[in-house]
Amino acid sequence: MPRMNMIQALNSALDIKLATDPDTLIFGEDVGYFGGVFRVTEGLQQKHGLTRCFDAPISEGGIVATAIGMGAYGLRPIIEIQFADYILPAYDQLVSEAARLRYRSNGEFWCPITVRSPYGGGIFGGQTHSQSPEAIFAHVTGLKTIIPSNPYDAKGLLLAAIEEDDPVIFLEPKRIYNGPFDGHYDKPLKTWAEHPAGEVPVGHYTVPLGSAAIVRPGTEVTVLAYGTMVHVSVAAIKETGIDAELVDLRSIVPLDIDTIVASVKKTGRCVIVHEASRYGGFGAELSALIQERCFYHLRAPIERVCGWDTPYPHAFEWDYFPGPARVGKALRHCAEALA
Amino acid sequence: MSNRPPLSLYIPEPPARAGERADFSFLDIPPPGETRRPDITEPEAGMRDLPYGLVRVLDEEHNAVGAWDPRLPPDVLRRGLRAMLLTRLFDERMFSAHRQGKTSFYMRSLGEEAIGAAQALVMGREDMCFPTYRMLAWLMARDYPLLDLCNQIYSNERDPLRGRQLPILYSARDYGFYSLSGNVGSRFGHAVGWAMASAFKGDDKIAIGHVGEGTTAEGDFHEALTFASVYHAPVILCVTNNQWAISSFSGFAGGNETTFAAKAIAYGIPGLRVDGNDFLAVYATTEWAAERARTNNGPTLIELYTYRAAGHSTSDDPTRYRPDDEAAQWPLGDPLERLKAHLIALKEWSEEQHQAQVAELAEAIKAASKQAEGVGTLGQSKPNVREMFEDVFKEPDWRILEQRREMGV
Repeated sequence: MPRMNMIQALNSALDIKLATDPDTLIFGEDVGYFGGVFRVTEGLQQKHGLTRCFDAPISEGGIVATAIGMGAYGLRPIIEIQFADYILPAYDQLVSEAARLRYRSNGEFWCPITVRSPYGGGIFGGQTHSQSPEAIFAHVTGLKTIIPSNPYDAKGLLLAAIEEDDPVIFLEPKRIYNGPFDGHYDKPLKTWAEHPAGEVPVGHYTVPLGSAAIVRPGTEVTVLAYGTMVHVSVAAIKETGIDAELVDLRSIVPLDIDTIVASVKKTGRCVIVHEASRYGGFGAELSALIQERCFYHLRAPIERVCGWDTPYPHAFEWDYFPGPARVGKALRHCAEALA
Repeated sequence: MSNRPPLSLYIPEPPARAGERADFSFLDIPPPGETRRPDITEPEAGMRDLPYGLVRVLDEEHNAVGAWDPRLPPDVLRRGLRAMLLTRLFDERMFSAHRQGKTSFYMRSLGEEAIGAAQALVMGREDMCFPTYRMLAWLMARDYPLLDLCNQIYSNERDPLRGRQLPILYSARDYGFYSLSGNVGSRFGHAVGWAMASAFKGDDKIAIGHVGEGTTAEGDFHEALTFASVYHAPVILCVTNNQWAISSFSGFAGGNETTFAAKAIAYGIPGLRVDGNDFLAVYATTEWAAERARTNNGPTLIELYTYRAAGHSTSDDPTRYRPDDEAAQWPLGDPLERLKAHLIALKEWSEEQHQAQVAELAEAIKAASKQAEGVGTLGQSKPNVREMFEDVFKEPDWRILEQRREMGV
């Protein structure tokens, strides 16, 4: 099986859809001729034609608005917002229109759009190239939000997202586009070539939305993570020697609640890890759900390791980013807590 | 401080406020027939006088004059008149239904009926309109069932939108009428995207989108025009300038400085400014723009110049911010009366026929309203609460299923 990094895997998914579904098209800033600032759409315009993959004006609201209109017509647009930090001009379109079109029209119109956007930190991106806005979409009824953590999932989840008849926010952790990053910024970079999830089938397959993956089975603590934090958690588990069960959520909405609950009931302990700031973050929802469903199984307070409640800073990159040391500390704390 | 006079902040003010006499002396209204009608293939650069003109067809003697006369057969004129009349009579009945507590909310199209009525007859059945909440005449011109309108307004058990939407925020796909929403302007770009999709598929359908003049201040307006221009989308973008956005006059949307049609110039799109109370002018300009769109000549911006004769909604009292007699003083008159007079001048209509039609339509509205009331008015009847949980997604996720069970449905 060929090796792909996440960019190549995403490109492969898009290539397959353009080749097999004439109702798909891709547009966004710099995605056409140039192939995208992260190369995810490289070669697609040349291969599939100008109208299948084209550049858009610098207008996130306009990109999402026109995609919704295309969806209402019967197309299946795949659009790119260059950085998730810049999705906010389109927030009204996503919340007031895309998310509600089916509901408010009693199913007369719907919105089968996929909104791809690189997100997350760890790249010295500063305040507007590092944010993790998943919680502001999780709170919107009618939107699905997906976050892959490796090339295999990225391709399968993107194909599933495009085939969905509901609007999907597809957040791509740009820190791990080229290789798994475990938070050890002072060690040599790894590539996907050495990682088992870097093996990606050439053809079509899907990873269903709403299904979490157990990355590492364990008995002592459940760790819930997604995106780059999956790899940080792998490192933290290894370094602490705690027999933790690591669950990669993959899907924020719909959430695979059954896998989460089964794991926490087994371990009795839970650490939630995300890059986004803590207050009102998606970890709060996870924590509440687990408390409601696993209360009598919990042997320690649920812990959250998150970005601080500050804007994402530049010089303080590794003070802000929840690295393996912070995750490891929470793991030990949680594992050692006595009920 | 320098010795220049201090800066001063300018706040626009309408010419007259409540308690004062209406004043439209500032309006410069060209005579009917004066604004020229270019060929649809003319490049935009040659049409930059048009946004400052005003396309008018009906003259003071109720005759159709000039190059924009669409030369419509009398039966089309009568259909238009019927749709306008139906809209006005329905509005009156539903406005009083609100006063009687049968519904929570209503908005009338009073004075703007020509726009929806004419455009619904110009556009093809496969085209799509992305309307504002003041486009009921479109549905009336296309014979949308009165009973369904009443049921939606009463949010009753037969409500086509299953009690989920505020009254009058209709959705009628089969009638070329896109789902309405309360937030203004956010569908303007959908019209452009829909039109782009038709072009992408090599189809022959076009789209028409609407905003009010107040909404042109939203970013959505700029976005839609930019995308329409960049991709030469087969779309007609309309601004209904009815002079008022709730209590703020058009000056707060920039109307004191230029026309809304003239905004088109900056996007390289033809802009037409039209007497929105002249059924024939609305018809002719929409037909012209539709032909441009259908022949790959790109988008058009049309400013429909009119006056919001009623309050903004049932929650609004316009006597608090504008003169009582402003609607009556509006120099472009009443669209319904003007079309009626034209048909009578053509000897294709009469006062007797008109009164007979008023009676017939009023009876039909009464019957539909009574039938809907029989199902139930707001609070007396509603769809099964189970439907509150449907259509959030195509298939409900576990949260929705759990919450539905939690409600016991």
